[in-house]
Amino acid sequence: MADAPGNGQNGNSSQSYELRLMTEEEFMAEDAAPPGILVTTFSKLLDAVNPAYNWGRRYSMWPMQFGLACCAIEFISQAASRYDFDRFGWGLTRASPRQADVMIVSGTVTKKMLPQIVRLYNQMAEPKYVISMGCCANGGGPFKEGYNVVSGIDQFLPVDVYIPGCPPTPQAFLHGLMKLQEKVDAERVQDVAWYRRGQTEEIPVPILGPDLIDPRQVPELQVALKAAEAERKAADEAAKLAAAAALAPALAALAAGQAQAGQAQGPAPTTGAETLPSGKPKPISGKVAKAMRERGLTPGVDPIPADLLPPGAGQGD
Amino acid sequence: MFGSGVLRGMLVTLRHFVETYTEDPRRVKARAATPNAVRQTPNDARGLFTVQYPEEKLAIPERFRFYPMLIVDGTTGQDWCTSCGICAKVCPPQCIWIVRGTQPNGKPKPEPEEFYLDTTICMQCGYCAEFCPFDAIKMNHDYELSAYERHESAIYNKEMLSVTTTFYARTHPRAWAEESAVRAEKEARDKAKAAPATPAPAPVAAAPAPGPAPTGAASTRP
Amino acid sequence: MAAVIDPLIHTSPAPSLDQAFPDVVSIDAGGATVVQADRLLEVSRYLRDQMGYTYLANMTAVDYPDHLEAVYHLYPMKVIGNEPSQGLIIKAHATDKDDPVIPSVTSVWPGANFQEREVYDMYGIRFAGHPYLRRVLMWDGFEGWPLRKDYHEAYYEGDTKPFASRWPGGHHVRAEERARFARNVAYPRHWDPAKATSPDESLPVVDVSELNTIHTQKFVINMGPQHPSTHGVFRMQVTLDGETVVDVMPVIGYLHRNHEKIGERNMWLQNMPFTDRLDYFCSMGNNTGYALAVEKLMGVEPPERAEYIRVIMQEFTRVQNHLFGLGQFLSDLGAFFTPILYAIENRELILDLFEMTSGSRMMCNYMRFGGVAYDLPPEFMPLAHELAFERLPREIDELEEYLTANEILHSRTIGVGVLPAEAAIGLSISGPLLRASGVKYDIRRHQPYGIYDRFDFEIPTRPNGDLYDRYLIRVAEVRQSIRILQQAFNSLPDGPILAGRKAWQIRVPKGEAYGRVENPKGETGFFVVSDGTANPYRYHVRAPSFVNIQALREMSIGFKIADIVANLGSIDIVLGELDR
Ligand code: SF4
Repeated sequence: MADAPGNGQNGNSSQSYELRLMTEEEFMAEDAAPPGILVTTFSKLLDAVNPAYNWGRRYSMWPMQFGLACCAIEFISQAASRYDFDRFGWGLTRASPRQADVMIVSGTVTKKMLPQIVRLYNQMAEPKYVISMGCCANGGGPFKEGYNVVSGIDQFLPVDVYIPGCPPTPQAFLHGLMKLQEKVDAERVQDVAWYRRGQTEEIPVPILGPDLIDPRQVPELQVALKAAEAERKAADEAAKLAAAAALAPALAALAAGQAQAGQAQGPAPTTGAETLPSGKPKPISGKVAKAMRERGLTPGVDPIPADLLPPGAGQGD
Repeated sequence: MFGSGVLRGMLVTLRHFVETYTEDPRRVKARAATPNAVRQTPNDARGLFTVQYPEEKLAIPERFRFYPMLIVDGTTGQDWCTSCGICAKVCPPQCIWIVRGTQPNGKPKPEPEEFYLDTTICMQCGYCAEFCPFDAIKMNHDYELSAYERHESAIYNKEMLSVTTTFYARTHPRAWAEESAVRAEKEARDKAKAAPATPAPAPVAAAPAPGPAPTGAASTRP
Repeated sequence: MAAVIDPLIHTSPAPSLDQAFPDVVSIDAGGATVVQADRLLEVSRYLRDQMGYTYLANMTAVDYPDHLEAVYHLYPMKVIGNEPSQGLIIKAHATDKDDPVIPSVTSVWPGANFQEREVYDMYGIRFAGHPYLRRVLMWDGFEGWPLRKDYHEAYYEGDTKPFASRWPGGHHVRAEERARFARNVAYPRHWDPAKATSPDESLPVVDVSELNTIHTQKFVINMGPQHPSTHGVFRMQVTLDGETVVDVMPVIGYLHRNHEKIGERNMWLQNMPFTDRLDYFCSMGNNTGYALAVEKLMGVEPPERAEYIRVIMQEFTRVQNHLFGLGQFLSDLGAFFTPILYAIENRELILDLFEMTSGSRMMCNYMRFGGVAYDLPPEFMPLAHELAFERLPREIDELEEYLTANEILHSRTIGVGVLPAEAAIGLSISGPLLRASGVKYDIRRHQPYGIYDRFDFEIPTRPNGDLYDRYLIRVAEVRQSIRILQQAFNSLPDGPILAGRKAWQIRVPKGEAYGRVENPKGETGFFVVSDGTANPYRYHVRAPSFVNIQALREMSIGFKIADIVANLGSIDIVLGELDR
């Protein structure tokens, strides 16, 4: 074996695989082979294997039987007789992630479902691929603004092929399927990740707390929360001061006995008709409304009495 | 007899199986002639039902909608879009962003400076095409858009969205003929109204003869 | 064996509500009956027992600035007097927004169970006396009441669409770049993300109390959300005694896409394509339901031709949905793949028609307020005609030929998963499921919408309410749909397809309306409240799958574990509308 060192054929995981120029000695060693003996590197040998290796893999992908939303129905359609992805050797959908090669994220990824999807992905054996089918899986889709929708599965899983469309027609899916086949075709046994140790890392399963929490972002989130807390504290204090300032004239007015509490005029925003950016009146909390009604005022029409204003009112969100 | 129900069912599947061999050869020729416009009609769709996708494709009906496209006049290179913003406003998931251009004198220019469409949000409802008063945005038929990556390429800008009128006339012959007729009529009316000083809109590009639609209608089966 | 119940049987009228409860009820501006919250239960009982309102079609809530309002839409299964009743709307108010409480009506109408849970989940209204008041769509531990008007999501951009940032100075910004996290999300004070845990999903403790007498243990298994037979991301916790099912608890919400929250931000027309994505098999039916509700408020009527096109599209939808549903049901029974593959062939041909008419196979977005979006293309008629007159009747005969007499099917389905008629009505079940239990109730006949009163068709019913009946009822309904289609083709008039002009800025007069259609899966209802602006104030979808899934428990208890999957298949759920 006239083999240049440093090509990493031994499966030694400590060696990196960057592209580099051969050293002088290596170059000489290759050149100095005795005539008549075919000399090649192990890597070049494997190159001869690659076409067969990839051919076998790309025509025997087993997708995971796993549908999320509308796109899954188009997935079923293309698995049925008219489009028939079995022609590509992909027809054996497996219900178990252990037996599947490719995960097709077909539909809206919700926060509630995400931990399960990540868990399923972690359970798949290498080599594994992910196809993101439809706008929803690609980037949130039409439901992106929602409170329970993840804006793209690629924030959590490494996606190989994105198929746009809402839903992608079966033929669009087949196009994506062929794209993945092309990708598989371009892989080389020498540098695929799954024959080495320690190459694939598990993706931490997200946590469902008050909202979805990505464990990888916890430190960042902690910082953000601290900042928010500090901001809130400052706002609270400012509001307290403002409320006190607002209360003073009102108290004075009451003492003078000349006005109802509701007509108190102060610098603080005491109007009940406070509006949101949209122009709709800001809702008044139930407690305040109740107290106002007890005093014979109509919530939403009459101004809110200063002493009922929630602390921090007028400070925005 | 117990089991006769099961047997009868098996006969049906057997019939289907045989049909795949008897029905299919009859249509090989027709399919080979028009591999990109296969259209199965109800009574013909027997036997092998499969469309051999990359080699042959199902005919796309004219109204089929995938992502939107912007129409650019084929002869003058002028956008038909006037950046009035209706599409951006009517878009249900709000996936369109438009920068309105300004003329040197500060007035809005009837042409968009920038036009973005986020394809990861678009739901292909077709409202933009339906409500555009200038026929400037239409739904493209191209569905083979899979990509390895989305962060760079999934947001279409004006350049990626633009197609020429000729392209549109080819993919939507019927709609093109109808819209051209309406435009010609309107133009004639405008001309009649104000004979002097006509701010005539750019003349429409040559419309193809409104013959039978190449996609959608015809069955390729004998 | 229950006899067929025909709702058109008359009963004697009882004194009306304001006579019976003069100081408890009042009529509000919209004509709805407002009941004092603390007397709600009493009034409900009276409504059910004396006045015949046995069917709670829809239950939801609305967030008004100063109170939360629970809304109940009731319909009689028996007709009182001579007129088919228009149903009754009752309301109850909860004024304390910080701790709203309304008595639960589950003891009167068990079908309120999930709907009340949903209201609790979305608005935080506590229903006193509810047997299992937990979040249903979101997870336990989620912060906030999402459908309240003051709740904003992380990617919140504005209260109403269109958003100002799109035009004239629109620069593309990805929402997740603008708001990475923590924006608008209410995290509890002093809460540490590093110590966060997922909600307790642990299953109930094994019951060993019977160990001394019977040598089996009850145990709980978990099916879904990723399971080949759960039709999507549906999960159920099944308690078993050996192979026998003791209890089933559906766990849903894995596809909760915030349809209603987004719907209240959309303009009226913008909701139309979103309704496509509810029951994504039947987008034409959903479109019609929403259009009906808004048309009621706007007071427009579609022209003749549009009405016919609507009927044609809805019946085609029913055919393809039932074909696909039967196929899936049979694969759940183990008839791997023949029925479903044959069914999909026919479905594809119907989808071709949808595609050439509306532009999309599944997400048709075809109906408009006062008509339909496009006229039928010239090539539609020959194909549709061929389908309705020749192919579909032939195919449905073939389906019956290879399945209906099949002995394996008989032994798997006859007498299994029985749902009695009374239970079905109580649980607010609708659609084929209800009719298979022997209740002759079809909205197309009992509350005709559109032009359904002009067609001659039957409402098939079956007496037993078992799996086999549910299979047969769908076959029979396909036949009836074909009948309607044939009549519609024979009398399809020419003419305009839209009343008025095409418009996208639609203002809808103040008021509220409930539009219900008989979708293939059951009653799809749209409850809309307009405050006179360009956006709906409240937009609620009464999804048949969401209500029908409550029957799963009733059907499955006492049968074997393998039958659960079949029962689920026979309900024919679709997750898009189950979770919305
Ligand atoms: S991309 Fe469209 S079709 Fe696909 S799951 Fe999302 S909403 Fe449904």
